[in-house]
Amino acid sequence: MATRHIISIGDFNRSEIDRLLDHARQIDSKKYDRNALNGKILAALFFEPSTRTRMSFESAIARLGGTSLSVGSVDACSMAKGETLADTIRVVSGYADAIVIRHPKEGAARLAAEFATVPVINAGDGAGQHPSQTLLDLYTIRQSMPIDKIDVALIGDLRYGRTAHSLASALSLYNARLHTLSPTGLELPDTLVNELTSKGMEIVNHDSIEEMIGTIDVLYVTRMQRERFPDSASYFNVASSYRITPELLSGAKEHLIVLHPLPRVDEIDPRVDESPHARYFEQSKNGVPVRMAMLMDVMQ
Amino acid sequence: MTHTGTADENERLLIRRIRNGTVIDHIDGGEALNVVKILGITGTTQEALSIATNVPSRDMGRKDIVKLTNRELSKEEVDRIALISPHATINIIRNFKVCEKKGVEIPNLIQGLVRCPNPGCISNTNEPIQSKFRVLPTGLHCHYCDWVITKDLTSYII
Repeated sequence: MATRHIISIGDFNRSEIDRLLDHARQIDSKKYDRNALNGKILAALFFEPSTRTRMSFESAIARLGGTSLSVGSVDACSMAKGETLADTIRVVSGYADAIVIRHPKEGAARLAAEFATVPVINAGDGAGQHPSQTLLDLYTIRQSMPIDKIDVALIGDLRYGRTAHSLASALSLYNARLHTLSPTGLELPDTLVNELTSKGMEIVNHDSIEEMIGTIDVLYVTRMQRERFPDSASYFNVASSYRITPELLSGAKEHLIVLHPLPRVDEIDPRVDESPHARYFEQSKNGVPVRMAMLMDVMQ
Repeated sequence: MTHTGTADENERLLIRRIRNGTVIDHIDGGEALNVVKILGITGTTQEALSIATNVPSRDMGRKDIVKLTNRELSKEEVDRIALISPHATINIIRNFKVCEKKGVEIPNLIQGLVRCPNPGCISNTNEPIQSKFRVLPTGLHCHYCDWVITKDLTSYII
């Protein structure tokens, strides 16, 4: 049987996503075998900083009876000596039963899958894909509402934000309508817009949060990175106009949920945390059951 | 009286018949040098290579022709040409006779031919891989990073 990898949300069809989310819900309600991956080892190869993704994968394997290995800091691993990723992957395949990888280069996880003899899970490759984040985003939406035909707003850095790209692709399978708001130069890439519209997805661009807040079901906020702006003044200027506040949410639908892949910086006013709309910490917590379902999918 | 000749006669004056090899005809006008590039033919090639550009053509207005002696192109090589000149025809010549005549088909996958324009793509590093693109109606999709090339393909030929 061919080794199963999870590289891109685009490799999934809708029924495969639904099956995985159903499994995650079952795990979430504590109905799972705690020794399902007993004796199995997960190698965590994180060539970029990560807190949530890495810890939730480590938590997920531990809750299923397995253990994890990691390289520590990138500076301490053989990549720092000039080893190719291909060689690293070949070597680590001999130490573990699956590999979860985060890498700064786009397509790194797909390359890893070509050289690995064990399953590879992509935990983010540059500005590319981050399928486990997308699955937990969808899971969090589904906790509040059926995903079908909903209005989802993506705001922030939509050009380089991999979580926004992956989520938009997945939502095209659910006939969702997309609303976007991003600073000039940080819009969704044209190639992605073309791909989504060719699948029949409606995309509405907006000039302010206020003009769409009353029509959307999900508000997905992404972090804007200061280095994308020419100077601090222009960053703060844009960041303040994209800030989510309780006042802004007063015009929202009652069931609107606010999501953020975290970490947040200035995008969401801390006062929103107490609002019934806030779901971003729940979303982060959902990373564990969703990643448990993913690990069981590829390692069993 | 000056003899001007027909288009065919002029063409013969431009490039001679070859005994053995491949004639690539009906190349879109101006694309011959890119065809040569796509075939990986460089200045170090030993065999005779003839190129005619902007030859008058009844069907195409103008066309290019490439004649390559003592080398018969494989199907994979031929199909690469379809990416830039889908109307090209290939004639395999043996002892001055056309032994095979075929069109070109756009391949589903091209490997090692085009560099991914995305500087952040893993295929632009020292990894032991060749670039790989899926050929779809929307353009050439990088197998690794999903970047899509929609125009200026020839500027990315390795």
